[in-house]
Formats: sequence, C-alpha cells, structure tokens
Amino acid sequence: MVANRALYFRRRLANAVFIFLSVGAALFGLLWLTFILGGLLVDGISALSPTLFTEITPPPGSKGGLANAIGGSVLMSVIAVAAGTPIGIFAGTYLAEYGRHGRLSFVVRFVNDILLSAPSIVIGLFIYELLVVRMGHFSGWAGAAALTVIVIPVVLRTTENMLLLVPDGLREAATALGAPQNFVIKSVTWKAARAGIITGVLLAVARISGETAPLLFTALGNSGWNWNVAEGMNEPMASLPGVIYAFATGPYQDQHDLAWAGALLITTTVLALSILARILDNQKRT
Amino acid sequence: MRFRLMALAAALAVLAIFAGVIMSLVVGAMPAMKAFGFGFITTEAWSPTRERFGALAPIYGTLITSLIAMIIAVPVGIGIAIFLTDLCPRPLRRPIGIAVELLAGIPSIIYGIWGFFVFAPWFQLHVQEPVALAMADVPVLGTLFGGVTFGIGTFTAGLILSIMILPFISAVTRDVLETVPSVLKEASYGLGATSWEVMWKVCLPYCQTGVVGGAMLALGRALGETMAVTFVIGNAHRIAPSLFAPGTSISAAIANEFTEATSELYRSALIELGLLLFVITFIVLTCAQLMLRRMERSKGH
Repeated sequence: MVANRALYFRRRLANAVFIFLSVGAALFGLLWLTFILGGLLVDGISALSPTLFTEITPPPGSKGGLANAIGGSVLMSVIAVAAGTPIGIFAGTYLAEYGRHGRLSFVVRFVNDILLSAPSIVIGLFIYELLVVRMGHFSGWAGAAALTVIVIPVVLRTTENMLLLVPDGLREAATALGAPQNFVIKSVTWKAARAGIITGVLLAVARISGETAPLLFTALGNSGWNWNVAEGMNEPMASLPGVIYAFATGPYQDQHDLAWAGALLITTTVLALSILARILDNQKRT
Repeated sequence: MRFRLMALAAALAVLAIFAGVIMSLVVGAMPAMKAFGFGFITTEAWSPTRERFGALAPIYGTLITSLIAMIIAVPVGIGIAIFLTDLCPRPLRRPIGIAVELLAGIPSIIYGIWGFFVFAPWFQLHVQEPVALAMADVPVLGTLFGGVTFGIGTFTAGLILSIMILPFISAVTRDVLETVPSVLKEASYGLGATSWEVMWKVCLPYCQTGVVGGAMLALGRALGETMAVTFVIGNAHRIAPSLFAPGTSISAAIANEFTEATSELYRSALIELGLLLFVITFIVLTCAQLMLRRMERSKGH
C-alpha cells in the first residue's frame, strides 16, 4: 500500500505539472498578442491624423501623409486580386471537379502547397528576373505581378476545399436532369460553394495587404503619385508596407510616426478581413 | 469543352509559375555559381567592394534563428493545442482559439517594427544585460550569451520568429488532436489514467505524424521569413560566437542589399542566396506535406 501511495502521488504530481505547463503556454501566447496589439495601438493611434489620407509621403524632417503609399497598395492589390482570383478559382475547379484523382492534379496540388508556403522574397526575385530586368526599370506592374503570384495559391486551395465539401448528390442530381458538366459546375457547385470561395479571396487580400518582401525590388517605392494611372503603373510605385520599412529603419522621428500609423492601418485591415472571412465561413457551415 | 480547357489551363499555369521561379533563380544565379562554385556555401567572406561573396554567414543565421524559434515554439505551440482541446473551459475555447489564430494573420512587417522599436530595447535592458553579466564567467554559456548587447541580434530574431510560427504549430496540432477517436481517450480514462498520461501515451503517439508535419510546416515559414528578421537581426555578415551579437540571414541579406547591389556579380550572388533558400524550404515543405498527407489518409480509414 505504501508503494502504491507514492506512485499515485507521483502520477498526480506529473499531471499537475502538465496542466500548469499547458495553461502557461496558452497564457504565454495570449500575452504576446496583447503586447503586440497594445504596442501597436499606443504608438499607432498617437500618430493617426486626417492628413495621412490626403498628403503624400514627406521628405526627411517635415510632416506629411501616406496617401501615395495607400493608393499604390490599393491599386496593386486590386490588380493582383483581379488577375489572380480567376486563375485560382479555375485551377481549384479543375482539381475538385475534373481531375480529382488524376496524376496531374496530384502534382498541381503538391506544387501549389509549396507555393503557398514558399518564402515570399523568392517570389520577388522571380518577378525581378521576369519583368524588372526585361522592362529595364521597377514598376507598379511588377509589384502587382508579384502579388498575383501570392494570391493564386491561396484562392486555389480554398476553392478546392470548398468545392470538395459540396455533396456529390447535388452534382449527380443536376447531371441526371441532363445538365452538361460545365453547367453543373457553374450553376450548382460554384453556387453552393460561393461563400467559401469568397472567404478564400478575402484571405488572399489579407495576405497580400501586409506583404513587403516581394515588393521591395519589384515596385520599389516612389515618393510621389502619378494621377495618370496607366503611366503610374509603369513607374516605380509606393506601397504601404514598403514605406513602413523605409521609414522605420530611417533616423527621423516624423517618419517613425508615419511608419507606426501605417502599421496600425495595415493591421486593422488584415484583422478586419480575417474576422469577416471567419464570419462568412461560419454562416456557410450552419 | 472550352470551360474544361480553361480550368486545365489555370491548373497548368500554377505549374508554369513554379517552373518559372526555379528557372529564373537558376539563370540569375548562374554568374555567381560560375565565379565561386561550391565554395560559395563554405566561405564566410562577404565583400561587395572586392567582389568576394560567401554564403556561410547568412546560411548560419537562417539555420540558427529557425532553430531558436523551433526550440521555443514547438513545446509552447503543442502546449497551447493541448490546452485548447482538453483543458480549456468550453466557453473560452473558441475565443482563445481565435485569438491565437489572429496572431498568425498579423503581417510579418508588424512583428518587425514592433520587435525593432518596442521589444528589442526592452529585451536589451531587462534580459540581455543581466544575462550577459551573470554568464560572463561561465565557460560555454559565457560565449553564447556574452559580449556587448545591442537588443537586436540573432537571438532576438529567433525569439520574434518563435512568436510568429507559434500559431501555425498550435493550429495544426489542435486539428490533428481532434482526430483522436474519443473511444481511445475514454478507454484510457476508464483504466484510471490521468490527463497527462492520456495525452502523452495515447493522444500524441496517435497523431505523431501530424504534429511533426505541422512543426515542419512552421519550420518552412521560419526559414523563409523576411521582414520580421530583417528588422531585428542586425545585418552583420559574420558568424559571431555570441547569440546576442548581430548577424544576418539569407532573406535579410537579400531584402537589405538587393536594391543596392550595383554590380552584376553582387546581384547574382544574392539571387544564388535566394535559390539556396528556395531549395532548403522546398525540402522542408515537401517533408511536411508528405507527413500531413499520410496523417490525412490514415484518418480516412
């Protein structure tokens, strides 16, 4: 009996230590979230002002805003989403509807998962070699192209997953009514998976709105703004993350403040998008 | 038929992008590969003015920061996942799970600017200096954690990375822990096992492959992470004995120097660094995919 009691005590102790450690781990994770968001709010809110949206980035030592950076980020993101979403949706549709178990699908799925997690700076180098070297200069187009390459895998993955959730009975019922396969996909499965696919697009927007590394040597940056958008896309273009990087690493306090304001803008956008995506996703499941 | 061809073309476009990435990196790296050969990855010297480039310091930086990140994030991430699946009071489960996942959505540049302005000065004052002082006379630890402290450096970069990959590890681990059949758990509890014993001897062995796969996925992220590291690693092209000293990583070197690289050879050396990074992450991510796939398949049966 004595030996038994010692054993019980040891097991109970081990259990208590284990519970303590995993609660500690959860608190540790939450602590960092609070620290980061707290620091961001403190330094970001004090730097917010209406001129952020109306004035362009200032030269060192003077005040200004982030209008050109916001404009560049929005423009390049819109183009990237417009170009990347159809490719992602069609490729995801191929994987889920046409070649579900085929050899090609296996390879595409594998390659897509690699692209999804590949270092984004490598995507920047790729577009640099592909576009910047050939065109001879940095440009908004190159930045948008780099972001497109990041959008495609995100949209593809969610589209495929969402289409696979659509019950086969729906497809069979539509086909039994005599609908050709492309009609079944367009009017039945896409419709059934619509909320999920939109979620994927939102996640892709959230992902690219903070991407910095692939823009550094594609869009480069620009301290001005060209209202002739077609011309502007052909020139180096400012982006919000790019300005944050340049200003935060510089020595000027005014620029540090702008960097913090920009960081707060990006984080708010990203968090809002991810929460929106989550709400959509939940609505669809219930 | 046209519709099907469009879908096929889009799927092939993904393959084309992948092939394009590899080809453009190889073409861009060619001049440096010809000039330095295999010596590129075994020499430390990095001198743009003399056009001598060796990748050892950035490779070391990438590996050591990822190692530090993994040592911290794997146990903590698994701990969070266990907390969320087994210990957390039910009403708190969703909000805490969401909060941890939100950490994953924060862009890396935010971690960078926060690490640079907020974390590094605090870390230097309250952790690095006391630790360096206390360790000064201890043989091995004195070298690893000694020297002049700057706040930024290899160790700080590893720490920030660990916070970044934490959510990936806990999300994947939580997902695979939820695949453990409740019959298994109930049987072990019925035999009188404690929560710890059920977790350690039943649940974790059951989904070992998935947990390791999730950790590899996180490692892939850590290896290629750019902006957060660039801000806090200090950008010094050398291998310092102290972990507190500034260093560099592959991605940080590219991000920092690419637009300043004026000569063809300099730029090519940086692209070769990118190629190395891509190859390393490709191998790690492939292992992660294979493991997670195996997990998914066994789940189906």
